[in-house]
Amino acid sequence: MDLEYLLQLILNGLFVGSFYGLVALGYSMVYGIIKLLNFAHGDIYMLGAFSGYTLLTIGAGVIGGQASIIVLVVIMLIAMVLTGTIGLILERVAYRPLRSAPRLSVLITAVGASFALEYGIAVSFGPNPRVYPVGLGNESFTIFGARLTYAQLAMMLIAVALMVGLDQIVRRTRSGRAMRAISQDPKACLLMGINVDSVISRTFFVGSALAGAAGVMSGAYYGKIDFLMGFIIGLKAFTAAVIGGIGNLRGAVLGAIVLGLLESFGTAWLGSEWRDVFAFGFLILFLTVRPTGLLGERVTERV
Amino acid sequence: MSFVLEVRDLVVNYGKVEALRGLSLTVGDGETVSLLGNNGAGKSTTVDAISGVVRVTSGTITAFGKDVTNAKPWDLVEMGIIHVPEGRRIFSRLTVHENLQIGGYAVTDSSAINQRIKQVYSLLPRLAERRAQQGGTLSGGEQQMLAIGRAMVAGPKLLMLDEPSMGLAPLMVAQIMDVVRDIREQGTSVLLIEQNARSALRVATRGYVIDSGVVTIEASAEQLRSDPRVVEAYLGK
Ligand SMILES: Nc1ncnc2c1ncn2[C@@H]1O[C@H](COP(=O)(O)OP(=O)(O)O)[C@@H](O)[C@H]1O
Ligand SMILES: [Mg+2]
Repeated sequence: MDLEYLLQLILNGLFVGSFYGLVALGYSMVYGIIKLLNFAHGDIYMLGAFSGYTLLTIGAGVIGGQASIIVLVVIMLIAMVLTGTIGLILERVAYRPLRSAPRLSVLITAVGASFALEYGIAVSFGPNPRVYPVGLGNESFTIFGARLTYAQLAMMLIAVALMVGLDQIVRRTRSGRAMRAISQDPKACLLMGINVDSVISRTFFVGSALAGAAGVMSGAYYGKIDFLMGFIIGLKAFTAAVIGGIGNLRGAVLGAIVLGLLESFGTAWLGSEWRDVFAFGFLILFLTVRPTGLLGERVTERV
Repeated sequence: MSFVLEVRDLVVNYGKVEALRGLSLTVGDGETVSLLGNNGAGKSTTVDAISGVVRVTSGTITAFGKDVTNAKPWDLVEMGIIHVPEGRRIFSRLTVHENLQIGGYAVTDSSAINQRIKQVYSLLPRLAERRAQQGGTLSGGEQQMLAIGRAMVAGPKLLMLDEPSMGLAPLMVAQIMDVVRDIREQGTSVLLIEQNARSALRVATRGYVIDSGVVTIEASAEQLRSDPRVVEAYLGK
């Protein structure tokens, strides 16, 4: 295996990993704060792709067939607000009434929410794939012999910017501190005067907005979207979150990169039909061997 | 005397368990009131009900002249009703400094928060030394100091402490009680829950003994110290 090919595999892995990372963050944030596996999270990504599609279809007359990065970023931001709001409503309607219900009831509700979103879109947009009305350019450049398109580079940079932004919010702001505190002890947070419900709403908004951003980017990059596109990426994001240590945000990004690289190298070695087998094989491996993930916290907490 | 807190005929149920069965108590402005009672008597349930984290079945809670029965916890914190819970409940994976900042979550004036954090550090220098450490790395006594410091950053008008001396060595208990005295001296009203009646009655001006969810004795701290029932049940000998 020569060096250029190796670098190409790494770049491919990082590119896919940055998508997984944006989605995995929302998974991990929500799990961290209310210990809920939001199985509808992948569908929020799908809704992001459809929001972008709708906005671009409306705007296509104005901007023509080739979208500039600026236009896409604006569309992405609008789609983020939309998906963020949908995530917030989902929590209000489906999860909040079950806050003190058994975990299994909430899990089943999450699966139900996932189906509701998927088939809601299937009914409104039809079951057939839609083609994004604009594409991204194919111009590329090479670094040390490995090829990367400008679009790929721009998307990776956007993903990194969003992740760094989230990390700073969680680490440095009052809201972020409240999120971390709730993930440790929600009852004590009530005694601190934290409106726990509203912080949970904000968490859903932010996590869903990130997934929405990934959805728009994926639509623009791959060109085709459909109502089930969130299913696999939802599972991949879950896998990434588990690899990194679910509930840990830097872990989610690390897990996503690891998963992206594993897939990139795994498919180069075994063939692309093995991609998902590979990912879910690792999910099972981690769940059995190291369920706390790479950066997972010790399970023992208060004494 | 004007009351900062008036609890009337409070009833609280956990499912079929009736934890409070018509409990009444008051805290006057500037008073330090002690709530004594054995394990399971309903002490924690009383303060949980006052701070809005458990639902009240019947009865009323009035604070600063306002009916706050079943009010939202965050609204109560905003009114200055601050509860240091049993078992401290500090955030073990936040730093000492972040724990104090969280204490000021409901305070909108950020310079007031910084001012109070400074006060806490000068009153409790051990916390200042450990400001960048995670809360979970502190000793039990330091964690209790942190829990009280965190409450002070909120700017309490009524401070409720649930068994602050639990599990601590006598020297540490004495230090905690000194801090409570300092807080009282600043004019804050205090509701102090203790099983350790000896130290509590040294700080308090008045006290209640509760048993099975109702008040059985109410008297001044001095009277309680010499009440044979209290001496036998809570002061040893
Ligand atoms: N979350 C709960 N669920 C059910 N019963 C509870 C709960 N918390 C307390 N109790 C019961 O309520 C009664 C009063 O408890 P508590 O207020 O904690 O007493 P104390 O603080 O005086 O030790 C006890 O009988 C206890 O078992
Ligand atoms: Mg108790």
